[in-house]
Amino acid sequence: MTDDDTRHLPLEDLHTAAGARFGAFAGWSMPLTYPAGVMKEHLHTREHAGLFDISHMKLFEVSGPGATALLNRACPLDAGALDISQSKYTFFLNEAAGVIDDLIVTRLGDERFMVVANAGNAVTDEKHLRALAEDFDAKVDALDCVFLAIQGPEAWAALARAGIETGSLLFMHGIEPRQNWFMSRSGYTGEDGFEIGLPEADARDLVAKLLEDERVLWIGLAARDSLRLEAGLCLHGQDITPEIDPASAGLMWAIPKDVRAAGHFVGADALRAVLERGPAQKRVGLKPEGRQPVRAGAALFDADGNPAGHVATGGFGPSAGHPVAMGYVQTALAKPGTKLFADVRGTKIPIEINPLPFTPHRYRKG
Amino acid sequence: MAKTYFTEDHEWLRVEGGIATVGITNYAQEQLGDLVFVELPEIGKKLSKGDTAVVVESVKAASDVYAPVDGEITEANTSLSSDPSLVNSAATGDGWLWKMRLANESQLEGLLDEAGYKAHIG
Repeated sequence: MTDDDTRHLPLEDLHTAAGARFGAFAGWSMPLTYPAGVMKEHLHTREHAGLFDISHMKLFEVSGPGATALLNRACPLDAGALDISQSKYTFFLNEAAGVIDDLIVTRLGDERFMVVANAGNAVTDEKHLRALAEDFDAKVDALDCVFLAIQGPEAWAALARAGIETGSLLFMHGIEPRQNWFMSRSGYTGEDGFEIGLPEADARDLVAKLLEDERVLWIGLAARDSLRLEAGLCLHGQDITPEIDPASAGLMWAIPKDVRAAGHFVGADALRAVLERGPAQKRVGLKPEGRQPVRAGAALFDADGNPAGHVATGGFGPSAGHPVAMGYVQTALAKPGTKLFADVRGTKIPIEINPLPFTPHRYRKG
Repeated sequence: MAKTYFTEDHEWLRVEGGIATVGITNYAQEQLGDLVFVELPEIGKKLSKGDTAVVVESVKAASDVYAPVDGEITEANTSLSSDPSLVNSAATGDGWLWKMRLANESQLEGLLDEAGYKAHIG
């Protein structure tokens, strides 16, 4: 990809003014850190409220008499069982049950749904969804908007101060509070928080109001990654890929039992076959001994030196206070407390299977 | 008297009596962000210019720090084991990484002075 293809956030000027350091991610020039630095940004989000520009992510509106049926085909989901305003974490799977992308689907009306997809897969997702939509009486609209996340225990209070009441909205619910706005109580940090899609002019106004509040700080992609890793949340392309099925990834909680048994979603047969024989590998949390981070790609070995798996994401957990990682190990080795070794530049670092998440989720569920 | 040199790889060397104290520049620590671990070299290890001497790890990534000249490690900054953030707070002081005995002092001639380094980072 040449520089010319790099996409820029609509609010890039605000990030530049805030002193952001930019880096490439999924074809976008994204703020990686601000002057506070990744450590402070991470901790600030867990203690107060972090503001993230996630406009690189893609929102699709799926509507029409066949919208429910289309989503039931595209995702391992019972879209019709969702209450209006209810959100569900789900996937697009391929025929082999590999994860094309992970998504959040929110029911906006009887025949209207919002689908939030990852930046890196936006083009693939749109093609996939449009191809499936040809068999249904449903319309797919890719929305063009600014998408902000505000995350942390004081996120709701900061929004209230900015004139946006969130009181009755619970975790994994989404609404349209104003014209062309979509707001859900969700996020990818393990904290209570909100994601808001809105027109650029409204976004500039909201950001200005939020940043007047000393509880709110811009947070870059680096801290977004360490926050989601501590929270045990998967990053598509790293922890889940088109080669990994939801059972291996430990994400079957996202697929209702009746959908597993009788759903007609893409990949259903392959997923049932995996469930029948049991996944050969499982996603686990990994805690390296000592202070040295163990990074993506590091090979894992058992006590006898036999290959045991690999690290998918690794880094340092500022709130955990120690290195944290996730990876895949043979199912027999996936039990918390199992001691393995990671090869880091030729040195074997002891590493233990750790329950996920590393830091407890603090969602507002009711 | 000690003389300070810089490399295009964002290292500094303070040379005195045939021993170079080596660290990364303030610009480099800003680029790396908060460090959480420094993999220190073994004392006595012989390095050629360009060999990886130390690995510094930030929250996000691991980065190699290369030997700027040939030589033998004489000391590693063990205070970084408990406090790697010294590299961020005092990159050109208490956050030094290692000391090495120079094998070939003439290699210093190819390095940058402070003005040259400042021009390099723009």
